[in-house]
Amino acid sequence: MEDKILLAHGSGGKLAHELVEKGFLKAFDNPLLAKLDDSAVFNLSGRLAFTTDSYVVSPIFFPGGDIGKLAVCGTVNDLAMSGAKPLYLSLSFIIEEGLPQGELSQIVDSIYKAAQEANVEIVAGDTKVVNRGSADKLFINTAGVGIIAEGIDISGSNASPGDKVLLSGPIGDHGIAVVSQREGLSFSTQLKSDCAPLGSLVAEMLEASSNIHCLRDPTRGGLATTLNELAKQSKVSIRIEEEKIPVREEVLAACEMLGFDPLYVANEGKLVAIVPTKDANKVLKAMQQNHYAKDAAIIGEVQAERPGRVVMKTCLGASRIVDMLVGDLLPRIC
Amino acid sequence: MKFITEFRRSELAEGLIAQIHRRSQTPVRFMEFCGGHTVTIFKYGIRQVLPETIEMVSGPGCPVCVTANADLDKAIALSKIPDVIITTFGDMLKVPGSRSSLQKVKADGADVHTVYSTMDALKIAGMNPTKSVVFLGIGFETTAPTIAASILQAREKRVKNYYVLSLHKLCPPVIRAILDSGEVKLQGLICPGHVSAIIGSHPWEFIAQDYGIPCVVSGFEPLDILRCVDMLVAQIENGESKVEIAYRRGVRPEGNQQALKLMEQIFEPCPAQWRGIGEVPSSGLKLRKEYQHFDAELAFDIDPGPTYEPEGCICGDILRGVKTPADCRLFGKACTPQYPVGPCMVSSEGSCSAYYLYGEGIGG
Repeated sequence: MEDKILLAHGSGGKLAHELVEKGFLKAFDNPLLAKLDDSAVFNLSGRLAFTTDSYVVSPIFFPGGDIGKLAVCGTVNDLAMSGAKPLYLSLSFIIEEGLPQGELSQIVDSIYKAAQEANVEIVAGDTKVVNRGSADKLFINTAGVGIIAEGIDISGSNASPGDKVLLSGPIGDHGIAVVSQREGLSFSTQLKSDCAPLGSLVAEMLEASSNIHCLRDPTRGGLATTLNELAKQSKVSIRIEEEKIPVREEVLAACEMLGFDPLYVANEGKLVAIVPTKDANKVLKAMQQNHYAKDAAIIGEVQAERPGRVVMKTCLGASRIVDMLVGDLLPRIC
Repeated sequence: MKFITEFRRSELAEGLIAQIHRRSQTPVRFMEFCGGHTVTIFKYGIRQVLPETIEMVSGPGCPVCVTANADLDKAIALSKIPDVIITTFGDMLKVPGSRSSLQKVKADGADVHTVYSTMDALKIAGMNPTKSVVFLGIGFETTAPTIAASILQAREKRVKNYYVLSLHKLCPPVIRAILDSGEVKLQGLICPGHVSAIIGSHPWEFIAQDYGIPCVVSGFEPLDILRCVDMLVAQIENGESKVEIAYRRGVRPEGNQQALKLMEQIFEPCPAQWRGIGEVPSSGLKLRKEYQHFDAELAFDIDPGPTYEPEGCICGDILRGVKTPADCRLFGKACTPQYPVGPCMVSSEGSCSAYYLYGEGIGG
């Protein structure tokens, strides 16, 4: 019979130690974690970025990733969106009893790979096992710290009129890839989640220009919600052009079928950058040279009038409002 | 062929828009019957690019919106009966009835499931043999065949706990009712695309013949609508009134015979209540006698209580095309997609929701 996670794996006893040592320590091997003290102790100097996130995606495996890769990428990306170099993460696992151990090792393995690629270390962790029905297979909570270099000032409130809006690639892949696996909805698609760590992309963009005003990853709520957040925070309006926004044909087709608008569908490996006009092309070029932003494009610009609004020029040359997402398009997408 | 991007190409749109501007001389009012068309029109800003000679009004073609409060109350009352599972398309959840909504009764413990297909509802019935599963049959000719198919399958598989609350509505009779009321003067009708995929274009002939109003069946992409408007303008300027199809990739004149047969087998026409319009003869569908044991209305003792209409809401007038959301004093204030008062703000195909979300004509 397949080995499953038992309540005893979270008890703090022998089984728990076995899980930590064989399951996690081996995979995430690093000196800070290996000490097994109550906290990871390390030196850092400079301005710190510190973030936390929880991952409850359903299903836990989806085309292009799983909850583990998502947890690493999501946390790394939150740090990177502040202009920080991501360094250390913590991971807390809340496991529903009965989760096959094989699935857990697969997830641990993909966490290891994602962390390697993102060049971060998992330095603290925790495991709890809850009764069947008290969680859905696996939830992961994370925290992350990174360091922000001198002279970098990135914030959602920094957009100013005249700035250009850059998008790193086609939108909606993650949301549609996850939905395609949902019970009651499942449909066949070649589409994969875009889930990716964007630390190196941000580093290369910052190398091209240290004047980047805003960075944000359009996750839940999609591009539309992210642009609305930026417009409100910066008290500006953002005008985008429908035809400049890259969307894959498969995403468009799935959206038509499901009644979604790709502007509201979640991404996990994309970013929006707001950059002064004079640096926009430099940053765009740097983006297009990175594997994760080959299709980056300038999709619009920041304006002063009607602060808080996002307006889109449609393919017919008309204008329409792009509002924030109302209600939930899809629960548990990340 | 790419079925989406090909129909959103700006250079083709430009040509069509220019042609419409060149052709259109006579001031006209066109109605798009279907809520799906309303959404496309607002989402792409089609009203902004049409010449001043063309006025567009939205029609009653949103199944959720036209469902009468009394019928919503029935669905809500059903959900409160012990051991009843309600299955429904998602749009219905938030629509307020007289006193509550399915979303609210669900939060209070009612068993309400959103499904994407009637077959999923049937599956739920199979998995819950000790409970009664009721599917809310809301929709036009587009959805009725799939519900008919689920009833047939339930009979074949001897599923004893599957029921349908049939609130289906038929489109041609309600258009006749609107035209007969004389409240809105129309010079052209954009006929629904998905409905016509089932019933074909013939059922619209009476509009062209009896009322002298040009009719064109349209698809749902911006180029479909522009092409449809162009064809309507051409008919007007040539003094014609006939039924044409601007959506050949989806609609044949004779419709989908198999689907029609299925509908015919299970359902028969009956009078139906339309929000804002009232009772329209032969505009609904009820289960035929031999399938009556699937009829939720007969199987359960439903007590919906008295019906109330929300105060100040003008959804009814909007559905008849006599008022627009901008005329409503609740619009955007007391009534928003987060806190909807009337169904036209709830449904993704509702006029109020389209006005609110896409902000008609803000320019910029």
